[in-house]
Amino acid sequence: MFSSLCFSAIRAALLIQRWYRQYVARLEMRRRCTWNIFQSIEYAGEQDQIKLYNFFAFLMDHFTPANWLSYFLLTVPDSYSGPHLTFPMTFCGLSKLMEAFKHKQQLHARYVLQILGETWRFLRILPNINHVSVCPTKEITICGDLHGQLEDLLLIFYKNGLPSCEKPYIFNGDFVDRGKNSLEILLILFGFLLVYPNDVHLNRGNHEDHIVNLRYGFTKEVLVKYRVHGRKILKLLQKIFSWLPLATLINDKVLVVHGGISDSTDLEAVTRIDRHRYVSVLRPPKMIRHMLNGNKAVISGNEDATGPAEGRRRVRSLTNTSNSAQRNKMPRRSLHNLPTTGNQLNCSVEDELRKRRRLAGFDQTYNEIKTSDSDSDPEFGESTETHGQEWKQVVDLLWSDPQPQNGCIPNEVRGGGCYWGPDVTEEVLGRHNLQLLIRSHECKQDGYEFCHNRRVLTIFSASNYYEVGSNRGAYIRMGPDLVPHCIQYQASSTCRELTLRQRCTRSALRALRQQLFVHKSDLIGAFQEFDPNHTGRISLHHWATATEKVLNLGLPWRVLRPQLVNRAQYGMLNYQQWIRELSITEPKPEVIMETMYKQHSNLETIFRIIDTDHSGLISFEEFRQTWKLLSSHLKMEISDKAIADLAQSMDFNKDGSIDINEFMEAFRLVDLSTHKATNNLDGGRDQWLDG
Amino acid sequence: KLISVVSESVSAVEQKITAAFKVFDYDSSNKVDVREIGTIIYSLGCCPTQADIHKFIAEVEEEHSGVVFLEKFLPAMTKVLLENKFPPIPKSTILQAFKVKLDQKGYLKPEELKKLLMEEGEPFTQQEIEEMLAHTDREDNLIYYPKLINKLTSDLTQ
Repeated sequence: MFSSLCFSAIRAALLIQRWYRQYVARLEMRRRCTWNIFQSIEYAGEQDQIKLYNFFAFLMDHFTPANWLSYFLLTVPDSYSGPHLTFPMTFCGLSKLMEAFKHKQQLHARYVLQILGETWRFLRILPNINHVSVCPTKEITICGDLHGQLEDLLLIFYKNGLPSCEKPYIFNGDFVDRGKNSLEILLILFGFLLVYPNDVHLNRGNHEDHIVNLRYGFTKEVLVKYRVHGRKILKLLQKIFSWLPLATLINDKVLVVHGGISDSTDLEAVTRIDRHRYVSVLRPPKMIRHMLNGNKAVISGNEDATGPAEGRRRVRSLTNTSNSAQRNKMPRRSLHNLPTTGNQLNCSVEDELRKRRRLAGFDQTYNEIKTSDSDSDPEFGESTETHGQEWKQVVDLLWSDPQPQNGCIPNEVRGGGCYWGPDVTEEVLGRHNLQLLIRSHECKQDGYEFCHNRRVLTIFSASNYYEVGSNRGAYIRMGPDLVPHCIQYQASSTCRELTLRQRCTRSALRALRQQLFVHKSDLIGAFQEFDPNHTGRISLHHWATATEKVLNLGLPWRVLRPQLVNRAQYGMLNYQQWIRELSITEPKPEVIMETMYKQHSNLETIFRIIDTDHSGLISFEEFRQTWKLLSSHLKMEISDKAIADLAQSMDFNKDGSIDINEFMEAFRLVDLSTHKATNNLDGGRDQWLDG
Repeated sequence: KLISVVSESVSAVEQKITAAFKVFDYDSSNKVDVREIGTIIYSLGCCPTQADIHKFIAEVEEEHSGVVFLEKFLPAMTKVLLENKFPPIPKSTILQAFKVKLDQKGYLKPEELKKLLMEEGEPFTQQEIEEMLAHTDREDNLIYYPKLINKLTSDLTQ
C-alpha cells in the first residue's frame, strides 16, 4: 500500500512537472517568435511597414461593420487645446468633457468618433425596451426633450446631481435639433451611458432620425462644427439612432416612451422587432434590394447622396439574402453577371470581396452594413403585412400625441403616429398591466402636464423652447412608490455663468483631488484603520480624520467634504469607490495599442474573410490573392516577392501559414512601430514580453 | 513503442522542425544554444521528461561545445516526431495526477503542491513553483487545480 502510494506520488509529480514545463516552453517560444517578427518588421524598411499598415487600414475600413474604426487613423495634433479622452470612458473623462463644453471648447473628431463607436457597440446589445427597477435607495430621474439646449441639461445636473450608480436617469428622446448644442448633449449622454451602463437609459425620440435632422438643424450643426469629419460622424449617428431602444419600463409598471401609444400598441410585438432596420422611422424599413445591372443601384431619397465613394460602392453590391424567413423572397443574382464595360477591375474586386464575405458566413453582419448604410426603397421592397404592422408600432411609439376625446385617429399634423384618447390609454395600460405612461414630444408651459385622468404624464425638459420666457422645463423624480414628482426650472443667462470666485475654487478643488489621488494608498491604509471589519465603509467623520492625517494640509475637510464626496449613504462612505473615482488618467501613448487589442473581434472578422476555406489559418496563397485584389484599390504596385516577404514576416511559427494570433500580433506590431515616435518603445516591448 | 499514424508528410514535419529551430538561430548560422533544445522540443508538441531531454541532447550536441547544429537536430527530431516518442499529456491524465496524492477534493493547499513538486520526480526550482502558483487565484489560499489546468491550456490556444 505504502509503496504504491509512493510510486503514485513520483509519477504524479513527474507528470505535472513535464506538463508545466511544456507550458512554459511553449510560452517562451511564442514570445521569442513575437520578438522576431517585431524585429523583422522594424528592420523591414519603411515601405513595407507602410504597405502593411495601409493594407490593414483598408481592410478595417471596408470589411468591418462600421468604418468608424478609421478613427484610429486620426491623430490628435499638439495644437489641439480641447479635452483629451481615454477609453474606456471614466467619470473623470466625463468631467473633462462637460467642463470643456461649458467653456465652449470643441471635442476633437477622433474622440467624437471614438465615443460614438463605443456607444454604437453598446447600444447594439440592448433590448428594444429597457427594463429598469427602482428601489428604496435609488430614485430615478426622467428627463424629456432637450433639443440641443445644453444649458438645460447642465441645469438639471446641477439641481439634481449627475447620473451615477446611485442616481439613475432615463432620457426620453429628442436630444437634438433646434438648439445649438445637440452634439454636445449627445456626447455627454453617450458618455454617461458608457460609464454607467446600468443606470443611464436612453429612449429614441422622433428627432433621432437623420431625415428630421436635415430639416431641423442637427445635420447642419455637425457639418459646420466638423467640416472634415462631419459626414462620417453623421453616418455613425445614423446607426446609433437606429439602435437606440424604443422605450423603458420601470418596475414593469410605468412605461416611458417618447411619443406615446396607439390602439394597436403591443409591447410584446415591439420586443421582437429588429429596431435597427428603421434608420429613419419616417420611411418603411430597409429591405434587401436587387442589384440591377452590375454597378447600378437603386438609391432612394433616404440616402445621404453625398456620401463617400467607398460607402456608395458598398451600397451597390447587394445580392445577399439573409437567413431570416421573412426576407428570403428575393431571387439571388448571379455573381458572374459582371458588366463588361467601364470599371471592370473595380467591379470584379468588389464582387470578389462580396463573395468572400458571403463565404465567410458573414451574411448577417453584412446585412447590417448594407441595411444601415443603404436605405429603404419602397419601389423595390416587398412590403409584407408583417413589415407594415411592425413599422406602425415603431412610428406610433415615437410620433403620437394624446387627445382629449376618445378614439384613435392618424396624426395628420405631424404626418406620423396617432392621436390617441383616454379610452385607448386605459385599454393599452390595462392590457399590459401598467399604471402610468410617461412621454414627452410636446412642449408644455410648465414643463410637464398630466392628462387622461393622470394616467399620462408629459415631461418636457427644454425651457424657453420657443423664445425666452416661453416655458419652463421640468424633470421627474420617482421612487419605488412610482409616484412622479415634477421639478421645474428655467435656464437663464445669470445662472449659467460661473462667478470668478467659483471658478477659482473649482481649480483648487481639482488640484486637491489630484493630491488625494497621489496619496491613495496611504489614504486607503488610513481608512482601513477605521474599518477593522473590512466592510468597505467608514463614517464621514472618520474620513475627515484619516484624510487630514495623511495629507497634513490643515484643511477644513468637513467643510470641503460636499465638494469632494458626492455619495455617502446614511453618513457612510464607500472609500474604495471614492478613491477610484478620484483617479486621473493621463492619455498614454499606448492608447493606440490598446485600441488595437480592443478591435479583436473586428480583426477576427477580417481574418475570417481572408480565410476562405475556413481552416483557421491563412495560407500564403490566400494572403497573396487578397493582397493582389486589394493592391488595385490601394493603387500600389507590389510584386509577388514583396507579398511573399510580407506574409513570411507575419508567419510566426514558420509553418507556412498565418494563424489568427499571428495576424493580430502583426497588426499590433505594425501599429507599434509606425507610431514609434510617440511610443516609449522599450517600455512597450517589455510590457508585452511579459505578457 | 507505438508508431503513430502521421497525417503529415515527412517533409512537412521537417519544415516544422526547421522553423522552430530557426526561431532560436539568431545569426542564421544553423545552430542554436543547447539550452534552447528543450524549449524547441516542447514547442513541437512533445512532452519529454528532463531525463529524456538530456538523453536527446547527448545525441545531438557538438562535443560539449554548447551548440547544436541543425543537420544533426533535424533527423533526430524528425524521428522523435514520427515515432511520437514524447506524446503530449491529455488534460484528463493531468487531472488524475493532481488527484492521486490527495483525496479527490478538487483543490489543494499551496504547501501540499509545493512539497509534491519540489521533493518528488524531477524537482521544481523555487522559481518554477512560484511561477506556477502565481497562476492560481489564491483568495482562500487554495489551489483549484481543474481551473489551473484549464487556464494553462487555454493560454496557449494555437
